[in-house]
Amino acid sequence: MALAIETTGLTKRFGDTEALAGIDLKIRKGSVYGLLGPNGAGKTTAIRLLATLIRPTSGTASVLGHDVVREAAEVRRRVSLTGQYASVDDELTGRENLILIGRLLGLPWRDARARAGELMEAFGLAEAARRQVRTYSGGMRRRLDIAASLVSTPEILFLDEPTSGLDPRSRNQVWDIVRSIAAQGTTVLLITQYLEEADRLADRLAVIDHGRVIAEGTSRDLKASVGASTLHVRLAERGQQGPARSVVARVLGDGVLPSTDPSVVTATVTDAAHASRVIEALGLEGLDVLEFSLGSPSLDDVFFALTGRPAEARPEASP
Amino acid sequence: MSADTVPAAGDLTGVLGRRDVVPRSGPLAATLTLAWRAMLKIKHVPFQLFDVTIMPIMFTLLFTFIFGGALGGSPRNYIQFLLPGILVQTIVFITVYTGVGLNSDIQKGLFDRFRSLPMWQPAPVLGALAGDLIRYSIASVVILIVGFILGFRPAGGAIGVVAAFGLVLLFAFAVSWIWIIIGMKVKTPESVMTTSFIFLMPLTFASNIFVGLDTMPGWLQAVVRHNPVTHLATASRGLMQELPLGDSVLWALLWSAGIILVFAPLALRMYHKER
Repeated sequence: MALAIETTGLTKRFGDTEALAGIDLKIRKGSVYGLLGPNGAGKTTAIRLLATLIRPTSGTASVLGHDVVREAAEVRRRVSLTGQYASVDDELTGRENLILIGRLLGLPWRDARARAGELMEAFGLAEAARRQVRTYSGGMRRRLDIAASLVSTPEILFLDEPTSGLDPRSRNQVWDIVRSIAAQGTTVLLITQYLEEADRLADRLAVIDHGRVIAEGTSRDLKASVGASTLHVRLAERGQQGPARSVVARVLGDGVLPSTDPSVVTATVTDAAHASRVIEALGLEGLDVLEFSLGSPSLDDVFFALTGRPAEARPEASP
Repeated sequence: MSADTVPAAGDLTGVLGRRDVVPRSGPLAATLTLAWRAMLKIKHVPFQLFDVTIMPIMFTLLFTFIFGGALGGSPRNYIQFLLPGILVQTIVFITVYTGVGLNSDIQKGLFDRFRSLPMWQPAPVLGALAGDLIRYSIASVVILIVGFILGFRPAGGAIGVVAAFGLVLLFAFAVSWIWIIIGMKVKTPESVMTTSFIFLMPLTFASNIFVGLDTMPGWLQAVVRHNPVTHLATASRGLMQELPLGDSVLWALLWSAGIILVFAPLALRMYHKER
């Protein structure tokens, strides 16, 4: 198995804070791999470490077979990092930003200009090419930032929350770009705190919490670990969550999941036939139900089941 | 807006998937490219030249007309004495912007990108410094022009002026390394300013830029005499006005070399290390 990234017992300590508490990852080449977790879970520390910006406190990490500490220069030649905050120069034009990167990568002026031109074109930024980046919208900046990481096509692209703060339309554009990059054979390591994003883009994911990997696998694996399917009940009145939860618990035995929405009760169901008994029991107790659905669990449910608390952030809207 | 439409996913095919082996940029090419970036910033935001032009103009005008009569008999007399010193003061002051610029690049995440590129690692720092030297030069020329308008006539001629410029720029280059270190240590560009002004105010005012040494109390003379800015101002004045230089040029060179030898390696090591 060709590995893009392999880490063993990776830890990172900043003063008294343990940002990474021992991470073991094996990421195959040619996949989109998601690192999912709430704010402060250690995701950004992990990719800064893999992109050679910081050194591990203990443990080892190798990127495409090169040790991130001893062979940092080799690693840098093969990877690109698009950080959490669009790391482009506001005062330069979009095109100048890309020429700058091209030159720094060793392209002659003429090639750097040509490359900047074709990337601006491909990322739908041609018309804004000669405008200062400070005039760009959030989505345009993010696209430019990703383009800057592709001036020389990397073998691995690190993307740190590429869609945070974007409107749904720009977010979909970035998703298309990520898919297209992966389709060209670049391994993408995607950090996100949006469960939906990980579900849509990543072939495999690791869920990180408090500097540790608490679950790893495909989105399907993770969902299966929660239960065969998930029951969602939306109640007509908000105050009825408590009684409804006890009814569901009584009928199903166990499996009621915590919920952030006060009018929703969620539970894992091992046998779909049990679900019909739930709706019957709720009716008998006089609890009005607005929505009743049985589906495969969302990554939200997975995160609840793993940590007993919700992931902090959700995407603004679901398309 | 049409600029905001993104092509379908397949359109990236043409620009991706290329893994041409790019020759690595050499140290000089990388540094010059980043100096080019500094020039582009001046082109796009000419306002940032205000810092380096308005302040010297203001300083020269204010000090010449406010103190000129009292200190030199007349503003025109005083400026012959003041201008070489004002040049030192303003250039030393604006070196702070090196640290401010570096700090804002770090905060914006731009340095993370530079640091993750396979290039000669000190290039971003040296490139920024090269750009700053150009800004210092622009400021020097502005001060000289304002001085000429106010009646400054250097007895040392063009050679004296250019030699003084060279010495001041060298010292500015040296001092910039200190602000680079502060720029890496503190959290915001504003704190770079405040921190550095604590050093710069006494350094430039407790010198012989505005008045001669012999007007000060004895204890202060001892301090002022050893201030590097005093040596630099004496040298600048001596070169421009053909006055006795003593060992001022030597001291100015020694101070510059000393500061560079101590702070440049320290700054580069800190830059290389993580944050």
